[in-house]
Amino acid sequence: MGVEIMKDERRVISVIVMNESSVLARITALFAGRGYNIESLTVAPIPNSEMSHITIETKGNAKVMEQITKQLHKLIPVYKVIEHEEMVEKEMVLVKFPIAENLSDIAALCIAYNGGIVNVGKEMIIAQVADEPMRIQHFIEAAQRYNPCEIVRGGVVAIER
Amino acid sequence: MQMSGAQMVCEAIIAEGVKTVFGYPGGAIMHVYDEIYKQNGFEHILNRHEQAAVHAADGYARATGEVGVAMVTSGPGFTNAVTGLATAYMDSIPLVVISGQVPLSLIGTDGFQEIDAVGISRPCTKHNFLVRTLEELPRILKEAFYIARSGRPGPVLVDIPKDITVGIGNFVYPDTVNIPTYKPTYKGNKKQIEKAVEAIKKAKKPLIYVGGGAVLSNASELVRQLAQKTQIPTVETLMARGVMGAKNPLLLGMLGMHGNYASNMAMSETDLIIALGARFDDRVTGKLSEFARYADIIHVDIDPANIAKLVDVDYPIVGDVYDVLENMIPLLENVNTDRYQAWREILKRYDALHPQSYVDSDEVLKPQWVIERVGELVGENAIITSDVGQHQMWAAQHYPFDRPRQWINSGGLGTMGFGFPAAIGAKRAFPEKTVINITGDGSILMNMQELVTAAEYKIPVINLILNNHFLGMVRQWQTFFYEKRYSQTDLTFQPNWKALAEACGGIGYDVETKEEFDAALKDAIRQDKVCFMNIAINRFENVLPMVPAGGALFNMMLPQSEEK
Repeated sequence: MGVEIMKDERRVISVIVMNESSVLARITALFAGRGYNIESLTVAPIPNSEMSHITIETKGNAKVMEQITKQLHKLIPVYKVIEHEEMVEKEMVLVKFPIAENLSDIAALCIAYNGGIVNVGKEMIIAQVADEPMRIQHFIEAAQRYNPCEIVRGGVVAIER
Repeated sequence: MQMSGAQMVCEAIIAEGVKTVFGYPGGAIMHVYDEIYKQNGFEHILNRHEQAAVHAADGYARATGEVGVAMVTSGPGFTNAVTGLATAYMDSIPLVVISGQVPLSLIGTDGFQEIDAVGISRPCTKHNFLVRTLEELPRILKEAFYIARSGRPGPVLVDIPKDITVGIGNFVYPDTVNIPTYKPTYKGNKKQIEKAVEAIKKAKKPLIYVGGGAVLSNASELVRQLAQKTQIPTVETLMARGVMGAKNPLLLGMLGMHGNYASNMAMSETDLIIALGARFDDRVTGKLSEFARYADIIHVDIDPANIAKLVDVDYPIVGDVYDVLENMIPLLENVNTDRYQAWREILKRYDALHPQSYVDSDEVLKPQWVIERVGELVGENAIITSDVGQHQMWAAQHYPFDRPRQWINSGGLGTMGFGFPAAIGAKRAFPEKTVINITGDGSILMNMQELVTAAEYKIPVINLILNNHFLGMVRQWQTFFYEKRYSQTDLTFQPNWKALAEACGGIGYDVETKEEFDAALKDAIRQDKVCFMNIAINRFENVLPMVPAGGALFNMMLPQSEEK
């Protein structure tokens, strides 16, 4: 029982829950009450079922991750907890740019990240990109030079391979 | 059958076989109370505070092993009940608490006596429900009882809006429960059990570490068998007192912050911990990095989240202590008990070196003497409850507990004010037994209104107030760690205890000598009235041994070191 130094790591977990009222509150309250971290969270009903799929991006060492998984399992409406190892994960981001910026550069940047311009208004354009979270981060960094006035990230969704 | 939601609540309580409900009415729960008035299936005890009602249901549950039921109204009725829920939650006690709520149409409008009960109680219940339709009410009630008593037990809150209690619908109480997301594991994994058995056979210094889970799973007899068959020494947690029986030669005592020397040294030197329904609480382990440094760990627990939460476990077994031991004990048929002989000798020497002891006095009553004397006079015949503080630790250290469920206290949450109402619940469950609340002059004032409850219903609970005119445990810490600055712990100003008890329909005794104590206790047992016994004890008596918070378990302050 030596004292090991355990590293905090980014992890993505999927939680399959009964689609009932206040189930999301139970999950977020558990994270808050026990001091676990939520980096991002997405939730939507699973088609043709009474369940919902919650994807949580979190951070913690192996011991904390084990506790998170077990504590989630203890909640009565939780059906399954998947600690992703081999997964496909995607995130979406919407970015609003002033129309005066260089639109062809922005369009080219979006294409490089599997996205495009999805809305054009009088003063603003809106770009959308869906890609791996790391690449979303890179896209946001690259977009900085075009003076984005609003950035909305969607949070991670993941599926085990 | 067609009936109102309020009637459904009563029918469900009856169908669950509940004989006693503790509670307090109010606006939002009135329809249910109207139905309680009309029925004969169960009795209702009117406690004088919602917190006490929940503690009484809790005491009832701990004494019987059945689900305790309490009923409160919305808003302040519910918030008063929260301490009761949290107390039961921390000790895994099966309760169903039914609370009224404002009508559905008013929810979210800051209505009169509206509070978000499911929101507040989420972290201190095993599960909770806000009933949204009359149709789901029978199923929710059934699930509430099932969830409360199954798996790792715990309190369940059912919050029922007033308009649902008045609505009329069809009532069919379900026979079975099907919650696809909730399947507790009872049977331990066979391979894991076999591995654990091999480890036991290879160990030189094994130690059985029993927790409250052994009480909850009614596994006391099997724990005794395990120890008997293997001749492995055993330590009990605060919550497990009584599992082994005080006379059992294999019981070393209680371990932890106020554990005895032999128990804490055994834990520090063992090479194999056999943890049965115990959760390695900080009051048990002391400094984690120094805890049981030489030990491999077998951990049997019904709650997987308890396993490897604080210490690394070598042989995790998820399951009910009873079921696991049932499978484990036959595999230990030919275990060589001589193997542990040297280990037992070492522990015997430790116990002889520093036995659980105190210095008695002829001038002033010592609390330890009082507790031992109660043990001599009523022993296994009594149920002992306690509040929280020095008296609780002295009771745990010195009372000769013979059987599980004989000792009822708030271990996890440490709730002052728990003991008296819990004693009322236990006495209602076992009217033929002497029920004694060992308490202090601090704790008893929290929930002393229950004198009226006990007097009205003729529930003759005996409250032994070990009176040192201090909030004793805090005072003890101030003596040791705060250079005797007794900040807000001096309780020199006191009520007239005898008069207080009498004013509420009970009886009072003032006791200062051993002779007076014997006479008073014998008289109190004969009475059919609740009593307050004000027992003047040595003012500056400390609870020892003591492991200072955050210290290593083997670094104990012992009675001898105090005298230096």
